[in-house]
Amino acid sequence: MTKLTSLTIKEALDGLKKKEFTATELTEAHIKASEAAQHLNCYITETYDHARAQAKESDARYAKGEAKLLDGVPIAMKDLYCTEGIRTTAGSKILENFKPPYESTVSGNMFRDGAIMLGKANLDEFAMGSSNTTSAYGNVINPWQRKGDNKPLVPGGSSGGSAAAVAARIAMGATGTDTGGSIRQPAAFCGITGIKPTYGRCSRFGIIAFASSLDQAGPFARTVEDCALLLQSMAGYDPKDSTSVNRPVPEYFKSVGQSVKGLKVGVPKEYRVDGANPEITALWDKGVEMMKAAGAEIVDVSLPHTKYALQTYYVIAPAECSSNLARYDGVRFGLRVEGGNLNDTYEATRAAGFGKEVKRRILIGTYVLSAGYYDAYYNKARRVRKLIWQDFINAYEKCDVLLTPTAPTPAFAIGENEQDPVTMYLNDIFTVPASMAGMPGISLPVGLSGDGLPLGLQLLGRPFDEETVFKAASALEKAASFTHLPQSLMNKAA
Amino acid sequence: MAHALLKGETGDWEMVIGLEVHAQILTKSKLFSGASAAFGAAPNTQVSPIDAGFPGMLPVINTLCIEKAVRTGLGLNAKINLYSVFERKNYFYPDLPQGYQISQYQHPIVGEGEIEIDLPDGSTKAIGIERLHVEQDAGKSLHDQHPAKSYVDLNRSGNPLMEIVSKPHMNSAEEAAAYVTKLRAIVRYLDTCDGNMDEGSMRCDVNVSVRKPGDALGTRCEIKNVNSVRFVQQAIEYEARRQIEVIEGGGTIKQETRLFDTKNGTTRAMRSKEDAHDYRYFPDPDLLPLKLEQGFVDNIKSTLPELPDAKKKRFIALGLSSYDAGVLVAEKERAAFFEKVSNNNDPKMAANWVTTELAGALNKTGKSLDESPVSAEQLGGLLKLIADNTISGKIAKDVFAEMFASGKDAATIVEGKGLKQVTDTGAIEKIVDEVLAENPDKIAEYKSGKDKLFGFFVGQTLKKSGGKANPAIVNDLLKKKLSS
Repeated sequence: MTKLTSLTIKEALDGLKKKEFTATELTEAHIKASEAAQHLNCYITETYDHARAQAKESDARYAKGEAKLLDGVPIAMKDLYCTEGIRTTAGSKILENFKPPYESTVSGNMFRDGAIMLGKANLDEFAMGSSNTTSAYGNVINPWQRKGDNKPLVPGGSSGGSAAAVAARIAMGATGTDTGGSIRQPAAFCGITGIKPTYGRCSRFGIIAFASSLDQAGPFARTVEDCALLLQSMAGYDPKDSTSVNRPVPEYFKSVGQSVKGLKVGVPKEYRVDGANPEITALWDKGVEMMKAAGAEIVDVSLPHTKYALQTYYVIAPAECSSNLARYDGVRFGLRVEGGNLNDTYEATRAAGFGKEVKRRILIGTYVLSAGYYDAYYNKARRVRKLIWQDFINAYEKCDVLLTPTAPTPAFAIGENEQDPVTMYLNDIFTVPASMAGMPGISLPVGLSGDGLPLGLQLLGRPFDEETVFKAASALEKAASFTHLPQSLMNKAA
Repeated sequence: MAHALLKGETGDWEMVIGLEVHAQILTKSKLFSGASAAFGAAPNTQVSPIDAGFPGMLPVINTLCIEKAVRTGLGLNAKINLYSVFERKNYFYPDLPQGYQISQYQHPIVGEGEIEIDLPDGSTKAIGIERLHVEQDAGKSLHDQHPAKSYVDLNRSGNPLMEIVSKPHMNSAEEAAAYVTKLRAIVRYLDTCDGNMDEGSMRCDVNVSVRKPGDALGTRCEIKNVNSVRFVQQAIEYEARRQIEVIEGGGTIKQETRLFDTKNGTTRAMRSKEDAHDYRYFPDPDLLPLKLEQGFVDNIKSTLPELPDAKKKRFIALGLSSYDAGVLVAEKERAAFFEKVSNNNDPKMAANWVTTELAGALNKTGKSLDESPVSAEQLGGLLKLIADNTISGKIAKDVFAEMFASGKDAATIVEGKGLKQVTDTGAIEKIVDEVLAENPDKIAEYKSGKDKLFGFFVGQTLKKSGGKANPAIVNDLLKKKLSS
């Protein structure tokens, strides 16, 4: 029998149903793997006892023949999702001891469907970062390494702990959130699959906000089909989130494996940037050929406002974050550092509680919303955002999905790209436009770089047309047949 | 009413006043959470994680609040905006849990309107409404519970408010008072706010400036959180005087926010324009723009009650004086009481009884109308006994006193005490004959020209009947007998 930790979710569910193993055995295998991979620092809080209790309940349901959609599947929960009674930090010192008295809707949906939570996954502080190096709970280490180089690499961010855990086979799947690429970029860096659904598809209730008009929950897994199963559970209308959309959730897994004959795949010329990494460009070309070979029709399209996406993103996201993070004031919950008076207490609390990147974005956001600058920055960015959205809508007149690289480079070493924030921000250049437009997007591994690191491609779809995205992604997945494993796992296997 | 001008050393001054009234929308739950919005609960017992600004919590609009805001807008004869936007007003304060207040800024739900105010001399004046927007209330900071610390009560946090902004159309403290009174009457009629200023469900921010008549507007000061009609008047009177003194003393008025001190009736500076917050308003990304259907507005319009002005006009048409009509419609409950009393009774008489006899008795005993021992139906019953000659108006007053004391129906009292008016002509004639027989000398005097003695005979007859003889019949009989 294959190792329990290398099964896909689909395989595990089949095995559980056939009583080949129990949810408890599956969970214990993942706990053991997690303990062995502690140096990766995937979890801020391990919830193994909680997982064992959930596994027991799951086994009872299997015994009674009442198993649910994800029954017995051990997953990692990004520590941005509030979990009732379980510490939720958002990767920040300011919430070091915060235990929410409520459950986020999405985590609640997954527990309803029998998922088992192994731990709260590490992330960039308040999801602000592209390398998981802004977490107050230490860096996450990517299970992948460059050939002949043992420098620790970043897993990407902000959902770095989630992606690394799935890649390292210590969780079968994980939740993430994507504001400007925080699911897709770490999926690409860690050689796994991750989808950001359409804005409004998953409830944001109980997910700690970074930038409310961009934040969206989504899953990580090692296959497109597993992502479809996880999203099936996570998605749905929630009356507690006014921006969630009331439309039925299709059975996404049914799209997996469907033919892409005649599907129109758009290739946006603006994503071919000057000075691009030739390996990435080559991979993209390869992906185009794979889709063509699978029967899809390739269409050249233009998204003319792409070049403004990153700049406008770094106006809108910080603006919303500056307001969203005002509640961390030391008055009602979280860290409080007493000062001589009210303002001193505010300053001492926020100075001690927030890290450098969070402070930088609060400052940028406060600035762009200030009287006299509002029109020049925030308002203009909002107008440009509308144009970016219109670009996509126009492109979808000509094609059904868009194919682009996910990130401009493979995973980089911890400490690289830290010289100035803009270099780091450029990591999100291919993921941000779809976030600004609210479009769904999936990243999946398609090949390896010269030094042995996974490279991902991104498929973007029409609003609420995740089905077509899954269909296209499963065709690409099949063509790419990416079976490489991180070195750490290969060494163990050896 | 002509503008009330204030005399200064350099001549006359005109006040220019605008009001921002915060009215709590009358709903069971808060604007964006399901927590109770009731007044008076123990601190921090009506707080959901949403109201406390907990991580990951999201606001969801309470549609009843929107309905009531639209209803109020219609009651203010204002334009309803089918598209409005909730924005965040950002500032730090311990009783503002989210670090921002969700309010409406560039796109309020209600635009321009107009109401008519009633002035003490019986005249009216139209006052423009600039806008009405919906916003959440902040919590309450308690600074007097501990020598060094402040406490925060979040029960009020997230309560639904309407901010109703007038145009600067008022020129005296009386007009401002009449405006607040009228606004309160309107929201009470509409059932959109209870108007209880002492519980804080209506609070006023008062903008005051002064100028020489005909000059451009002066610099204004805003007096925050004034919580009674009387205080509004006092604050305006003090503030206008203060500004005139500053200007006449060679100074200039600084635009600033001031506080009203209820103890000595003065205002004092709170913060100047330079210290004003930059609120960094921007559309709340947690809430989509609010889009209303015209049909939704039309439905509300079709259920609007008759408002004070319309009611007053109708009462005047019934024959009431403008003054009586004004008194009756000022309170929704009083108008309703009157309408029940006047049901099948003479409206003028009903108005008299409600505004004088009943109001006097309530006043004397310190009771409000809803505590009245005499119900509207009971008072109506009494009036019917007068109208059908069962009792005289004089007896009715005694019966009313008895009703007020015992809560019994008029008919029961009249029956029990045998106060029923005698209308049997034969019986009354007997008494008249007796009176005439006992007073031959008075008859002689009467016949020799002392007309006034007629009243003496009437009085004697009524007295002998124990007040029960119908005065009209007594009159007729005496006239007939004395002229024969």
